[in-house]
Amino acid sequence: MAELEPRVIPIGPFHPLQEEAEYFKLTVEGEKVIHLDIQLGYMHRGHGKICEGKTYDQIPFVVERICGICSTSHPFACVQAIEDAANIEIPPRAAYIRSIVGELERIHSHLLWLGLAGHFLGYNTVWMWAWKYREPVLEMCEVITGNRNHYAMFKPGGVRRDIEEGMIPPLLQVLDKLDKKLWMLTKAVLDDPVLHARLEGVGILTKEKAIEYSTEGPTGRASGVAIDVRKDDPHAAYDWIEWEEIVLTEGDVFAKAKVRLLECLESTKIIRQCLEKLKGLPEGDIDAKMTDPPDDEGVGRYEAPRGEVFHYVKGNGSMYPERYKIRAPSYMNIKSNEVAVLGGSVADAAITLAAVDPCYCCTERIAAFDTKGKLLHTWDDLVRLSREKTAKMGGGS
Amino acid sequence: MLKGIKKGALTRSLWVYHVAASPCNNCDIEILDLLTPRFDVERFGILLTGSPRHADLLLVTGMVNKKVLDRVLRVYAETPKPCVVAAFGSCAISGDLFVDSYNFAGPLDKHIPVDVYIGGCPPKPEAMILGVVRAIEKVKKLKDL
Repeated sequence: MAELEPRVIPIGPFHPLQEEAEYFKLTVEGEKVIHLDIQLGYMHRGHGKICEGKTYDQIPFVVERICGICSTSHPFACVQAIEDAANIEIPPRAAYIRSIVGELERIHSHLLWLGLAGHFLGYNTVWMWAWKYREPVLEMCEVITGNRNHYAMFKPGGVRRDIEEGMIPPLLQVLDKLDKKLWMLTKAVLDDPVLHARLEGVGILTKEKAIEYSTEGPTGRASGVAIDVRKDDPHAAYDWIEWEEIVLTEGDVFAKAKVRLLECLESTKIIRQCLEKLKGLPEGDIDAKMTDPPDDEGVGRYEAPRGEVFHYVKGNGSMYPERYKIRAPSYMNIKSNEVAVLGGSVADAAITLAAVDPCYCCTERIAAFDTKGKLLHTWDDLVRLSREKTAKMGGGS
Repeated sequence: MLKGIKKGALTRSLWVYHVAASPCNNCDIEILDLLTPRFDVERFGILLTGSPRHADLLLVTGMVNKKVLDRVLRVYAETPKPCVVAAFGSCAISGDLFVDSYNFAGPLDKHIPVDVYIGGCPPKPEAMILGVVRAIEKVKKLKDL
């Protein structure tokens, strides 16, 4: 038999596999994937630049719209960056409420991933069941924040809405029901022979590679990298309550699913404790007013459902920030697909590419070309521009 | 007679293709949400399809950016006509807060004819269902069917 020649399978930009537009170039030899090229940029909206034209009160609304699935994570990191720059201590009640909203989002995001993973495998039953149990979480979000997604809950110095005393018992009841359903779903997924056969040993990311590619969140934790900002750099209410960090060592898609499911159960534990703690705190004390705009730089980190979200803000005493920088976890996680799909079959590529829970709109960067295809700003140009800007602002060396 | 069949096929089972033209994913997951047990629009014959060549309704979400614009136009060209185009969410309708963005290519109706506007950030599932009903009404009124 003649030797197989490598062939290229183009996937995207619009393809039925994933919701967003992105372009994968799979090079295959027979059924075996030997190379993956990822091209992004279809979702770039320029949030960093938009933020520099908005006041500190408006920025949380802008960064919220970076991603609709982790629409609390970005404001979470953003308000922490602004508070860091302006030296504001938030009241404990606000910290608990922040953690509650953050964890609700984690549950809905993980269930969303589980459902979509089932959908990508052609196992739509998992999709329908996971999303059915996601609905009560969205309803809880609506009760607490006023919207199913894009909560507009956070502001520099605190939160916008309080969770009143009367709301807590019904929320706890919903949580009890949700816990049962989550356990049922977890057991069903972990016992399912189809999912075992389809996911175990597929798309393995070893611990060395996970560290080399700086993967974060469930992607890293499924490969044995114990990294979680909630534990490593506690913020909001995360070090006042009991919870566990889930770390597995297998690194395959099944481990990633397992980490996410077990994390959902940890999240309900966190929410329940936070709600109990709220009872002992004075109602309405949810906002430490930000009086002066910051004149310093600050960073904010938050463990989004996909990993660490990092926001940097530099104020100059005016109402507008001088520099705003965002880094989302998918930036590193997506890149790790390059090694995870290698050696696997084409049929497994779909689920492996989706296993890191990619969020392209969080992470898009662009490169500008002129009409003849010449790159307008090379790396050296960008470094020079950045140094010039820093010098103009009177900082740096 | 063929005309009647075509109209019946379009109004009773609208096949939807979802075009993500640089959204924030929120409209997109809410569209998928419509297909799941709580809202389940599949009982009305509405089905999400994987190819624009099978689609009757294009749901375009997000602010259209300069890179994706070309692909959106191509998807529109590939869709068999008559088709209904819905601008989904505030971004697709007007650009919303992204009007200031350097990568904004203008609202959707500047580039392709839009029949239905579904507002909100993201639109509530009820609003989406209303939007689809409006789309069906629009198909019924089409003369060349």
